[in-house]
Amino acid sequence: MNREELKNLADEHSRHLEGFTHHILVCAGLGCPDNEAIIAGLRRVVAEQHLDKQVLVRKAGCMGLCALGPIVLIQPGEITYHNVHPGDAEEIVAALGKEPVPRLLLSEDLPFFTRQYKNVLALSGRIDPESIEDYIAAGGYGSLLGVLTTMRPADVIRTVQESGLRGRGGAGYPTGLKWATVAKALGEKKFIICNGDEGDPGAFMDRSILESTPHAVLEGMIIAAYAVGANRGYIYVRAEYPLAVKRLQRAIHEAERKNLLGHAICGTSFDLTLQLRLGAGAFVCGEETALIASVEGRRGSPRPRPPYPAGKGLWGCPTLINNVETYANIAPIIRCGAEWFASIGTEQSKGTKVFALTGKIHNAGLVEVPMGMPLREIIFEIGGGIPDGHTFKGVQTGGPSGGCIPEEFLDAPVSYESLSALGSIMGSGGMIVIDETSSMIDVVKYFMEFCMEESCGKCAPCRTGTVQIHRLLTRFQERQATADDLAMLEELCDLLKSASLCGLGQSAPNPVLSSLRYFRQEYLDRMIPADTPGEANS
Amino acid sequence: MPALPSPPPPTDDTRWQLVDRVMQRLDYQPSALIETLHAAQDAFGFLDKTTLGYIAARLHLPPAKVFGVVTFYNHFTLQPKGEHTLAVCTGTACHLKGKDRVLSWMKERYHLVPGETTADNKLSLVEVRCVGACALAPVMLTDNTPIGKKTFEEATTIIKEWLGDES
Ligand SMILES: Cc1cc2nc3c(=O)[nH]c(=O)nc-3n(C[C@H](O)[C@H](O)[C@H](O)COP(=O)(O)O)c2cc1C
Ligand code: SF4
Repeated sequence: MNREELKNLADEHSRHLEGFTHHILVCAGLGCPDNEAIIAGLRRVVAEQHLDKQVLVRKAGCMGLCALGPIVLIQPGEITYHNVHPGDAEEIVAALGKEPVPRLLLSEDLPFFTRQYKNVLALSGRIDPESIEDYIAAGGYGSLLGVLTTMRPADVIRTVQESGLRGRGGAGYPTGLKWATVAKALGEKKFIICNGDEGDPGAFMDRSILESTPHAVLEGMIIAAYAVGANRGYIYVRAEYPLAVKRLQRAIHEAERKNLLGHAICGTSFDLTLQLRLGAGAFVCGEETALIASVEGRRGSPRPRPPYPAGKGLWGCPTLINNVETYANIAPIIRCGAEWFASIGTEQSKGTKVFALTGKIHNAGLVEVPMGMPLREIIFEIGGGIPDGHTFKGVQTGGPSGGCIPEEFLDAPVSYESLSALGSIMGSGGMIVIDETSSMIDVVKYFMEFCMEESCGKCAPCRTGTVQIHRLLTRFQERQATADDLAMLEELCDLLKSASLCGLGQSAPNPVLSSLRYFRQEYLDRMIPADTPGEANS
Repeated sequence: MPALPSPPPPTDDTRWQLVDRVMQRLDYQPSALIETLHAAQDAFGFLDKTTLGYIAARLHLPPAKVFGVVTFYNHFTLQPKGEHTLAVCTGTACHLKGKDRVLSWMKERYHLVPGETTADNKLSLVEVRCVGACALAPVMLTDNTPIGKKTFEEATTIIKEWLGDES
């Protein structure tokens, strides 16, 4: 495939799509149950009314507003229907080109739609994830061909560096710098890995990106491989995401057939084969050295760094490992330029970020906002606030490795720097909203239980420390804690942070520390009265 | 390296072909282990001693290493499952939104706790890590299909149906 062929294919497919007067797009993601029945129902009605030539019913990726799913989008007109049932098919088809069905209609000017900035999610819900032609007609693989025909690897790396993109997997390491390190590393063989392990409970950005626009991730990976000089790569996806796995498999196959992957890509001398690898239910495998061990077919135990994977990764070779969303940002950066990307966001956090909004919030779902947007706007305007008359208590970012931010800091902008100043982390993008009905101790204990069960057991501070902290938290929960317990809790947190081998153990105390910082009273209220500091010891 | 003798599949069950195909595609490399275990578990529902022994021999790995990998990853199971499975998501949103309700109901009504299977082998109850459908929390999957928003009512109806429980 060369640039001209790509353009012809895009034109031809666009003409095909434009041949229909109406498109009905049905979210076919994991979060919208029953979507198969809805699609079947719509297709049946369209066929019965002999509208096959005018109306195209198709599956699409996630449209974001999962709480009101299943969602159906009608084009032209940007008409969004919510809570659709298979039985609504007739009414939906009858309303095409006329007044939309009021009962199902979502207002176009909901802040949920108007306040977002869609970059990574721009095509999510607008194309069929299982059709490479759809992606190409929307401009897909244009960046790749531009890179292969007009840019040297060093140019690509410079563009990514200038964009200011930082890794979306949690740590926020500058992506361009990582690419430059791998490109410079000595070694005949280099590998590229996509981290789709997304183990943080309550986060589903990567699942949704993989399910909705798998080709966008592939395009980013192919460009990355070209830039760093890798000819083999792996996409590591959790086994808990069967739909993402299926769509990726199909996407890889389609890309190979179009010579966008494989040998002599697009007539150049560049080769790349990509393979899928399934996780098997171990959170620690999201950590890069553990993930590499898992791809090698071994137990997923982390090893000390350095050496970093960029120098010594898969089978001892230089390896580039990036997160799903990081790769999904690459094609837009190439297409629109580094300056465009760098113009969005804050000084140290550029671009947009996808968040999974869940917990006690109206508009639970997937949102994308420019970095720097205040948390309050995300939660109360886009997210629609707290349902059932309850009040906001805190928002947990970064899952089991992050912290909980209380009301008083809701005007803080979301960025790597400001969240870490608040004692939490950006993490991969999970945002769990907690209301006054939940006890912080219960939430923190939930995360500690998670870390305790997921600890790989390789190093003692994490293996035994998580158990001890969990035990102490239980004492608080049961109102049996003493002042010594509180002191011990803080000491253990400190120990885990400084003495654990990998990020799992190092960050496991974060939820505890952040709740001790912002919700300390809840701990004090649950101590044996005689032991509470400040109360008379009579 | 001289080729080591490779054993034939333990039985003439055609499902072994699914397992063999994966090992062949990955060139019988030790790194094929996890992919092969996935294929075997998909084919047979669980991993028994015979299966592990066969895979170890074909990939020229010590059986202890294979066992070590199997027990490291939560997804792999050494026990057969029942005819149907109810999976309860343990993600954060599900925790906050009351996943315990269905678990208490299962315990009270059928004396079943996560990890167990009913005596008639009809139903296994399992807990799973976040499946990423958090807007539907609390999330349950009946035979791998997530159920909609009336989670408790729907789940209990399906379970009763499976177990022929008419009360
Ligand atoms: C316990 C643990 C779990 C992790 N889980 C993930 C994950 O699920 N997805 C991910 O992309 N990165 C995860 N990471 C971060 C990776 O180690 C690595 O930094 C990341 O994949 C690099 O990609 P990026 O630079 O594009 O963010 C995890 C780290 C730790 C310590
Ligand atoms: S910190 Fe925990 S998860 Fe990481 S290596 Fe040590 S025991 Fe394993």
